[in-house]
Amino acid sequence: MSSPNNTTANNQQVKSDIPAGLWLNCKSCSELLYQSSLEENLQVCPSCGFHFSLTAAQRIKMLVDPDSFQEIDPSLHSCDPLNFSGDGSYAEKLLSSKQKTNLQEAVVCGSATLNRIPYALAAMDFRFMGASMGSAVGEKITRMLEMAVQRSLPALIVTASGGARMQEGILSLMQMAKTSAAVMRHDEAGLPLIIILTNPTTGGVTASFASLGDIILAEPKALIGFAGPRVIKQTTQADLPEGFQSAEFLLEHGFIDRIVERKKLRRELGLLLHYLGGGRAI
Amino acid sequence: MISCLEIEKPILELEDKVGELISSSLDRDADLTSGILLLREKLDLLKEHFFLNLSPIEKVQMARHPQRPYPADYISLLFSDFLELHGDRRYADDRAVFGGFALFDQQPVMLIATRKGRDLASNMACNFGCAHPEGYRKAWRLMRLADKVGAPIITLVDTPGAYPGIGAEERHIGEAIACNLRDMFRLSVPVISVITGEGGSGGALGISVANRLLIMANAYYSVITPEGCAAILWRNNEAVPKAAEALKLTSDDLKNLKVADEIVREPADGAHRDYQKAAELLGEALLRHLQDLRKMSAEQLRQDRYEKFRNLGLFLE
Ligand SMILES: [Zn+2]
Repeated sequence: MSSPNNTTANNQQVKSDIPAGLWLNCKSCSELLYQSSLEENLQVCPSCGFHFSLTAAQRIKMLVDPDSFQEIDPSLHSCDPLNFSGDGSYAEKLLSSKQKTNLQEAVVCGSATLNRIPYALAAMDFRFMGASMGSAVGEKITRMLEMAVQRSLPALIVTASGGARMQEGILSLMQMAKTSAAVMRHDEAGLPLIIILTNPTTGGVTASFASLGDIILAEPKALIGFAGPRVIKQTTQADLPEGFQSAEFLLEHGFIDRIVERKKLRRELGLLLHYLGGGRAI
Repeated sequence: MISCLEIEKPILELEDKVGELISSSLDRDADLTSGILLLREKLDLLKEHFFLNLSPIEKVQMARHPQRPYPADYISLLFSDFLELHGDRRYADDRAVFGGFALFDQQPVMLIATRKGRDLASNMACNFGCAHPEGYRKAWRLMRLADKVGAPIITLVDTPGAYPGIGAEERHIGEAIACNLRDMFRLSVPVISVITGEGGSGGALGISVANRLLIMANAYYSVITPEGCAAILWRNNEAVPKAAEALKLTSDDLKNLKVADEIVREPADGAHRDYQKAAELLGEALLRHLQDLRKMSAEQLRQDRYEKFRNLGLFLE
């Protein structure tokens, strides 16, 4: 019998890829922080509450029962379909992202349990080319949702993305439709989708699966929008409203169900999975 | 005065010359037939050569040509009894997207189209073809109605993109597009989309989840404008032609990448020089695809549309 309140691992440590013992300045309040205290606090500034980006691995560890995560399609990766060369080639950028992150692509997908409730999940990793969506990211998200349909699982996607991966041209745009089709089938199977929006989530990801959750949560102060603030300012020549495109702004404008601090995310996700499963014991 | 692009000038100059020669031959009652014939041949060759050799950025310029037929022009030439239906029933009537029932081949269809406007006043009224969330929500309302009554849906798309504005974000343009992307897969009627000019990213895709995607020969469809791409990846404006090339956004590219199912030919002079002929060519293609799709059951249509998009993308594993 699982209980949604079973959150003993709530404050587990999240390992970072920065060597321990390092000092750093908070990006938001400039406070000098000890790396290990940041880790203990789930990469949230103890002084101002700024939520630093998490890697996909950190995020998954934070939201699943220990050792329950089973990755799918770990080796699926991008090719360079258009042989794209801009300021440096796409192939080179892919290679350096892989080396930097130890990932094959910008999203990690699989299944896991939380409080022993099984669910399917995907976590995007912003370090990998701004977690932009090309064919591989689109395919992985789609397969994760298909696996969820096959196994009758609720699904969670933790988003962070600069949008479509323009180095794949029109094929990246098509991933928006492909992933949305997969959301449709998951929906028609009567299964719930939870989205957690993290900083930043913009462009083609916002205009596809990130906006299609039955439940949409966001981390505090996350930037969330379709067009980037710079483009909007340029186009409209207008001053942007206070807090424009922040999670708080979007809550106010009716887009988000709840803003959830990172330290409460695990507990709330557990509760939601419990409610969305009709309170069934697993 | 016809407005023309820099790249079109040689054609227009030669046409003027032919015109002059004809009128002077009439004036002087002199027989200049052989000279005229020669110039006409040269003109035809020049036109053929011109369209064969357009670079990707020149094709983008053709797609944006101020004289190019817009969806509204095709609608008046190809459809009858168009009955426009307004509003998203939630907030506003977005003029950048319009739609309604019409007759095509004597049968009812639902038309959804974008609108740029021809002069500054109409440009402003329809926001230069850049839709707000209300445009996508209106489109969905009409598509759902078409689905209910069994009318095929034809969308005609010519938009630079969805509008990047404050109100658009406040009313969740990303969500409006996303819902259309998801819900168009639920439709049980045939859906055909045509990119007639500019296929501007998510703004175009938001009404183009179709069983068949057609693209006019001199139209383009891209994830980002060449200007936007050049600014981000090259950080300079001079790279716009390079970006247009790299993005693989022309009709030929889209056919090769299996995104477009058919390239709709344009008149030898380009669609902007002969609306009637351009409409005929489009009408022929629409009719053929519609006849094909009408043979499919509701479930087949849904499955066909799903598979078309499910298979798009190139990756390794
Ligand atoms: Zn801080």
